[in-house]
Amino acid sequence: MNKEETSNHPTPKIYISTALILSLLTAIEIGIFYITSLGYWMIPILSILSIAKFALVVMVYMHLKYETKIFTIMFLTGLILATAIVFALMTLFRFF
Amino acid sequence: MSDSNNDSIHEDTTTGLNNRKLLMWAFLGSDCMFFASLIATYLVYKGKSVTGPNPIDLFSIPVTSVSTFVLLMSSMSMVLAYSALTRGRLKVFRVWLLSTVILGMTFLGFQVFEFRDFTVNEVKISCEQNSPKYLELENKLSNSQKSEYKKQCSENLESAHIEFGMTPRTNLFGTTFFVLTGFHGAHVTIGVIWLLSLYFYSFKRGAVSAERHLDVDLAALYWHFVDIVWIIIFTVVYLFGVYEGF
Repeated sequence: MNKEETSNHPTPKIYISTALILSLLTAIEIGIFYITSLGYWMIPILSILSIAKFALVVMVYMHLKYETKIFTIMFLTGLILATAIVFALMTLFRFF
Repeated sequence: MSDSNNDSIHEDTTTGLNNRKLLMWAFLGSDCMFFASLIATYLVYKGKSVTGPNPIDLFSIPVTSVSTFVLLMSSMSMVLAYSALTRGRLKVFRVWLLSTVILGMTFLGFQVFEFRDFTVNEVKISCEQNSPKYLELENKLSNSQKSEYKKQCSENLESAHIEFGMTPRTNLFGTTFFVLTGFHGAHVTIGVIWLLSLYFYSFKRGAVSAERHLDVDLAALYWHFVDIVWIIIFTVVYLFGVYEGF
């Protein structure tokens, strides 16, 4: 990676805004956790919030959004396989 | 450090990309699979422990929420350190890098506190007949814990203090929980050592600069990775763990 490639990286302002969004999402997660009336809806809602936080860190802090697609492919391959492992094991052990 | 560390030099590779960075992304992809297998193992054995304690008996969501916040903030300070370096502000870089190390060590402190708390956990059960606490825990107590309860109550005590701690050998929950969070803690420890070594290395003249930032970039990627793994662990292990409907 040369210096020109880092020039398209976000500014500190965006990094701090991202941190605020991450904190807010975490606060929402914790708040939702204590709302017992949500019942089973809690699981998809918390999952979506968690995935959103994961994606924010990967795209903004790890700069995947701003860098070459090859890095995205390298990481996504592992991530897709990892997700497949989780669902395969859960199916195999009759979790569902 | 090798010459390939000098980022201003055009990458003379078949991909045109720096091989070390490509390797780091490949490693992070493979580490996703490693943690996925540990998370899946935790999930498939969830609720299958023969004796207690269970997540609901031990987890303190407020405490873990604070440690989660600390790790999220460490990711922010890490990216601000990297940003300062690419702008040539070495002193600001050092301040943010040291902040990241301190936040990482704070997170590890929380983990040590939590592990110790789980290990020495104790419950107070009233000796009155049909004590609600005893009825609640009856199915979670082992035979030796039940014997201990009867023994203490036979000594005319008002209540019995039963050890209800958890180690990796206590039950399936203990084994899968400690292996998963222990490996994550090991990753954080490695990250702290890596960042601390970069901090001291930055005092060597010209070792770390706006043009030579790849070492910091790689360490930052690793640090953000331990953060994203914790984001998943916090939701799946802690929040879903305490929620009885899951």
